[in-house]
Amino acid sequence: MANMDKVDLLSLYRRMLLIRRFEEKSAEMYALAKIAGFLHLYIGEEAIAVGAIDALRPDDYVISAYRDHGHCLARGSDPGKVMAELFGKATGLCQGKGGSMHLVDLPKRFMGGYAIVGGHIPLATGLAFASKYQKQDLVTVCFFGEGAVPSGQAHEAFNLAALWKLPVIFICENNRYGMGTPVQRAVALYENVAEAARSYGIAAERVDGMDVFAVRALMRRVVDQVRAGQGPYFIEAMTYRFMGHSMADPSHGHYRTKDEVEEHRKRDPLVVLKETMLNQAQCSESDFKELEREVGEVVAAAVTFADESPFPDPASLHADVLVEE
Amino acid sequence: MLLSYREALNQAMREEMRRDSRIFLIGEEVGYYQGAFKVTKGFVEEFGPQRVVDTPITEAGFTGLAIGAAMAGLHPIVELMTMNFGIVALDQIVNNAAKIRYMSGGQLSVPLVIRGPGSAAHQLGAQHSQSLEAWFCHVPGLKVIAPATPHDAKGLLKSAIRDHNPVIFIEAQLLYGTKGEVGDGEYTIPLGQADVKREGTDVTLVAYSKMLLVALEAAEQLSREGLDVEVIDPRTLKPLDLDTIMTSVTKTGRLVIVEEGWRFCGLGAQIAESIYSAAFDYLDAPIVRVTGEDVPIPYSRPLEDAAIPDVPRVVTAVKSLCGAG
Ligand SMILES: Cc1ncc(C[n+]2csc(CCOP(=O)(O)OP(=O)(O)O)c2C)c(N)n1
Repeated sequence: MANMDKVDLLSLYRRMLLIRRFEEKSAEMYALAKIAGFLHLYIGEEAIAVGAIDALRPDDYVISAYRDHGHCLARGSDPGKVMAELFGKATGLCQGKGGSMHLVDLPKRFMGGYAIVGGHIPLATGLAFASKYQKQDLVTVCFFGEGAVPSGQAHEAFNLAALWKLPVIFICENNRYGMGTPVQRAVALYENVAEAARSYGIAAERVDGMDVFAVRALMRRVVDQVRAGQGPYFIEAMTYRFMGHSMADPSHGHYRTKDEVEEHRKRDPLVVLKETMLNQAQCSESDFKELEREVGEVVAAAVTFADESPFPDPASLHADVLVEE
Repeated sequence: MLLSYREALNQAMREEMRRDSRIFLIGEEVGYYQGAFKVTKGFVEEFGPQRVVDTPITEAGFTGLAIGAAMAGLHPIVELMTMNFGIVALDQIVNNAAKIRYMSGGQLSVPLVIRGPGSAAHQLGAQHSQSLEAWFCHVPGLKVIAPATPHDAKGLLKSAIRDHNPVIFIEAQLLYGTKGEVGDGEYTIPLGQADVKREGTDVTLVAYSKMLLVALEAAEQLSREGLDVEVIDPRTLKPLDLDTIMTSVTKTGRLVIVEEGWRFCGLGAQIAESIYSAAFDYLDAPIVRVTGEDVPIPYSRPLEDAAIPDVPRVVTAVKSLCGAG
């Protein structure tokens, strides 16, 4: 890790910090009832979204599940529009019709967050099918939790992707819990979730999801292969969610202990990255202070924008059910 | 030109696929086997396996893939071997295809046709005999078509393919071999336009798909007994052309609705409610529904016959309504 580029490091850290501070602010806004419904925070998993998406081109497709704020922000969506969507405002990414679990940003090729566990994995294969059909050298990256791996829809999608050598990268964010169910009680091959994909002949690898460099390095290699037409790839990124499953759930609950959460917090991806930067890249505390200040302003501005934006006009209720000719 | 319903569908897809390379066909046995019901005869020779895609038996997976491909600018036609298997793909149809446009605030659209045979044929048993159109009609974000004649099948399928929305296109299995005059050359029939199949002044009979043939035969019999029956085929079940039905009812003052689907929450209940609330003053008698019985369709021939509307039942219903029973 010698000779790491300071600008690059600061940029990675900034994106992870933006997700972290954005979500902490979202939690506050939820407590103030500015945000309603389900709110699933990504805190603790930021290195995966940032490391993976950094390896993509702007025209590649990204698709996610319901824990989608991190992926959407890592893809470069405007934090104000994301926050406005969480507030249900007309200025939100989806004009208030999507909400936390259904962020879509088409210009960023962020093809959405989806709330049915496993249900978006076939969509990802379809995006990849389209780029192959259109002879475009695009890759599709699909994020999901380990809880989706045993689902039939995931397996149907793995099979089709492998059968037709589709340019899709499946990224399983193994945070070890699906709601309150640990991976050991949900996935038969819990010690190696990637076997689910290998059984279809899909190349698979495990990576430390707390280490943004490890994720990015693996992705850079994999993206090239997949783009070159060598078929799909499955990445199992080992991570941990520091918060509850959603805002309805405390950070540890009945299914895990406070000690366990504290243990994993020691490997906080932001702390890991910051230490590397302080040690090896001529970064100083003042660099971090500056980033905190800047990101704090961005998040504050996002909240102000969301707060001051109007709710959708009730007249828009019936708009966009169908494409009108 | 005299064509079978099957040939009319074949022609519609062939013409559209020649016109637009974004259109591809996907489903079980659509390619080398030429379709379980031979609707796609000759397709793989003409368009190749890239555009006529044989799939494994994974309805959720390949329907989801088609939805993803549609999101990326292609226009898939999904052939379900029978509409009954659409239940396996219902998560994709209801939770994704029907909602993606709305949830994204109009950013994404899903131009897609899902087609295949529906309703009972000869003694196929309960799992292969269902009329599920009311299910699909219930979901906002879908269009639903059920043509009865080869002419309508061709024109409506072409419109469905050109539509920018997800369209469920139901072909009654027993209609595939029926023949009819099909307009020469290129034509389309707009979605949402009913057709007066037979003019009359005494009573309005609304029937679609296979039941249209039953209704027309009943009307013939009734005319010999001095009753002048107007028969209307909505053709598109959603959006439903109520104006044409209304116009007819204001003329005849009497309405009988025939459907093969189950009575409880059936499509006829919706039509009756709409006519009651808009044209109550024109009605000379209560609206009558002739429907399938609320049972799984039985195997045994006499029981199967008893479960589905037939000509005598329609004749009896009309006569009793007109006070001629
Ligand atoms: C088909 C389906 N069943 C159940 C749920 C309820 N549910 C939402 S999230 C979740 C846990 C999923 O865990 P995982 O895929 O590991 O993702 P994580 O929350 O850990 O990121 C469950 C059971 C759902 N959304 N969809």
